[in-house]
Amino acid sequence: MTTRIACFGGIYNNYLALEAAIADAQRRGVDQMFCLGDLGAFGPHPDRVFPLLHQHEIQVVRGNYDDSIGRGLNDCQCGYTDPRDNHFAQISYDYTLQNTSSENRAYLCTLPAEIRLEIEGRQLLLCHGSPRRTNEFLWESTTSTSFLNWLADQQQADLILATHTGIHWGRELSNRRAFVNVGVLGRPANDGRTEVWYAIISVDPHSGISWQFVPLEYDFRRLSSEMTAQRLPPEFIETIQTGWWTTCLEILPAKERRWGLY
Amino acid sequence: MPAGDLPQVVPSHLDALWFQVTGLRCNLACHHCFVSCHPKNNTFAFLSLADVESRLEEAAALGVKEFYFTGGEPFLHPQIVPILIAALAYGPVTVLTNGTVLKADWLRQLRDAEEQGIYSLEFRVSIDGFSPESNDPIRGEGTFVRAMSGVKLLVEHNFLPIITAVRTWSDAAESHIVAEFVHALKEIGYARPRIKLLPTLQIGAEESRSCGYADHDRITAEMWAGFDSTQLVCENSRVVSDRGVHVCPILIESPDSLLGKTLAQSLRPFEVSHGACFTCYQFGSICANPSSAPATGKDR
Repeated sequence: MTTRIACFGGIYNNYLALEAAIADAQRRGVDQMFCLGDLGAFGPHPDRVFPLLHQHEIQVVRGNYDDSIGRGLNDCQCGYTDPRDNHFAQISYDYTLQNTSSENRAYLCTLPAEIRLEIEGRQLLLCHGSPRRTNEFLWESTTSTSFLNWLADQQQADLILATHTGIHWGRELSNRRAFVNVGVLGRPANDGRTEVWYAIISVDPHSGISWQFVPLEYDFRRLSSEMTAQRLPPEFIETIQTGWWTTCLEILPAKERRWGLY
Repeated sequence: MPAGDLPQVVPSHLDALWFQVTGLRCNLACHHCFVSCHPKNNTFAFLSLADVESRLEEAAALGVKEFYFTGGEPFLHPQIVPILIAALAYGPVTVLTNGTVLKADWLRQLRDAEEQGIYSLEFRVSIDGFSPESNDPIRGEGTFVRAMSGVKLLVEHNFLPIITAVRTWSDAAESHIVAEFVHALKEIGYARPRIKLLPTLQIGAEESRSCGYADHDRITAEMWAGFDSTQLVCENSRVVSDRGVHVCPILIESPDSLLGKTLAQSLRPFEVSHGACFTCYQFGSICANPSSAPATGKDR
């Protein structure tokens, strides 16, 4: 029997996309749903994400943002050095910290750094950045297949699932193994589309592991107007409305940056 | 670390492999170079395409994540284009250049190779001021115009070079200088400039330009306690020269930097006893690209 799981990456306070993703995954008949962390960031009303996760019993991996908000640190631990990126990242972080209840912050502190599953005899490892570091960026164009095979060996995993970069991609590895960056629900993938992306993973005893990236429509106009009402920066709203990243560009490698507008 | 011993970095994994592809041979002789690169510096020999290919194989077996090519000036190597293309088959590649000797034909070939593969080819171009007046006293007469021509050529070939500048100015002047850099780059048609600022390393040529490191500019046992050593390049990288495998590109001229003949042999602890290690300690992975530098913060 094929088992299918839905994996949602960085929510970034986009509770409207999370709501839509849950409904979409349920319609597609998935067996279980997981979130790979970073509940907070660019969007409005951080506390609206949590009831959805609880109500639908979605297991969550701790992201770097969750770690920072949970522990009340000074920043999101993304490691920007560009002054402009730092400026916007700090606005996003401070807003989320100020608007996350103490109860939800306590919940963030309980999240595990990884989730391991065995499905149809295959070992799955769900993490945020990489299995070795919560805030490691694994981009498609700067991550060698040799490295991913090494990670899979080290972790004894047939499938590693991660997020953190904001752009989805997947790669087949040796011995029918795979790595999948599931993308994020929080903002578009710097592709000029307003949809956001999540991943459905299928594990079949015969055909093995496969994955599908799902573009998800949600009420981005409502999100935009709520962001405006919350006085979040126009640059963040532009990204939601156009699908092009306007901030946090420094960490994009050349190939991924070339695809974008800025 | 036992009290009284020198701090040691124990490598966790070979994330990045560097190639000292032209040894220390450079067409420029910058006043702040952290190694003594010079047009006549023959301390190290060029690496051949075959040398590089055998190291790529060795690195792939160890699960390497990415490759960096430096010198000297890598584009003085007659085989640099096939070397970079060979590396792109194994993983992402970054080449550190002064941008003054680039040719359109080379860039066309490299652009095609990058487009046809999975991995990024990053160019990091060293320019140390936003004008001839601020750059040329450091890098040499006429180098600003030549380097900016190189950037223009890269942009025309649809690359997005990272302009790397060494901080030779005060903190207070930084935002003005970055703005001037952006303006100068946009003037030549680079619409979305990328800039990486580096601290000075007071070794090599820079030692005589400034004052070098004092005896107390060292990582102490006290500083080391609780420090996240993944911030240091030597925790996850090695560099290949014609002599063997060294701990990091900054210390290439120090005899103790040579750690072995093979990559596997070289992945052993290193005492971070140099002044340059102190700069790395202060500023983190200064040699890595922003897309792959380990961010400070929560470690697993």
